[in-house]
Amino acid sequence: MKEIALHIMDIVQNSVSAGATLVNIEVIEKNAEDRFIVIISDNGRGMDKEVINKVTDPYYTTRTTRSVGMGIPLLKQNAEQAGGSFTITSRQGEGTIVTSIFGHSHIDRPPKGDIPGVVSILAGSNPEMDFVYRHAIDASEYVFDTREVKKILEDVPLSNFSVIKYIKEMIEENVRELK
Amino acid sequence: MNKVKSLADLKKMKNKLQSDISLREKSENPESMIQVKVAMATCGIASGAKDVMDFMITNLDKRNIDAIVTQTGCMGYCYAEPTIEVRLPGQDPVVYGYVDVKKADEIIEKHIKQGELVDGIIPVNYETINKK
Repeated sequence: MKEIALHIMDIVQNSVSAGATLVNIEVIEKNAEDRFIVIISDNGRGMDKEVINKVTDPYYTTRTTRSVGMGIPLLKQNAEQAGGSFTITSRQGEGTIVTSIFGHSHIDRPPKGDIPGVVSILAGSNPEMDFVYRHAIDASEYVFDTREVKKILEDVPLSNFSVIKYIKEMIEENVRELK
Repeated sequence: MNKVKSLADLKKMKNKLQSDISLREKSENPESMIQVKVAMATCGIASGAKDVMDFMITNLDKRNIDAIVTQTGCMGYCYAEPTIEVRLPGQDPVVYGYVDVKKADEIIEKHIKQGELVDGIIPVNYETINKK
């Protein structure tokens, strides 16, 4: 994947398949420690120990349409190549947490990419799920929560094109304000 | 400097949207709408499915076409990604492979607007004689 935003989009698909109703996407930039941290956690069905040990193997997948599963191995590789680390923890029936840490200034850290666009697409495509996106840069942070948006929108669906566009721009502008 | 967009502004926009929004979109019956599904598993995303999805959302909106654009998983055509599935109301879905922005534009103009099939279809939904 060329961008961290695309990794996020990819990993969240696992949460969708796991039947999650809430997905937390956290992007934490710590300049002093030179870390770029991405944490994705969900309340999906989780995995047992046996499966957890296999998910970083590219030749393991739960799907039946093809026999390889590259999503997690690619993210792990990108994080490790950028001087960081990757961990995945899960509890059956409770959910899964995927943590990727990159070296912020590392030459091989993929660019952030269009994270606001990804969050708005995920929210619009999965209206029955909720997403929380928190972006922190050092001491300041912005939090976006689809539950708040749904309360405001009432019967206007999140899949409405104008809504998707607005959400994207709103996140973009608020994240740009972070110092 | 412009004011940063907030949830309060979204509330104002909602009131306008509520009057604009089509009755079809409000109905809980997606079958009555044009549906575009973009395959967004690892294979799709890696080959540029997000750009295709962005293009679809922006351009269906610009061209005033009532439709729903959503994501779907891997359909097993990883070699032909990005793939998209187009379903017009009352018709069988059609899957296109190797979709880029140019192909997406052609699909909107010909298939979605005029119901004319475009080059690049992956045959999936054909029924064999044996089945009948």
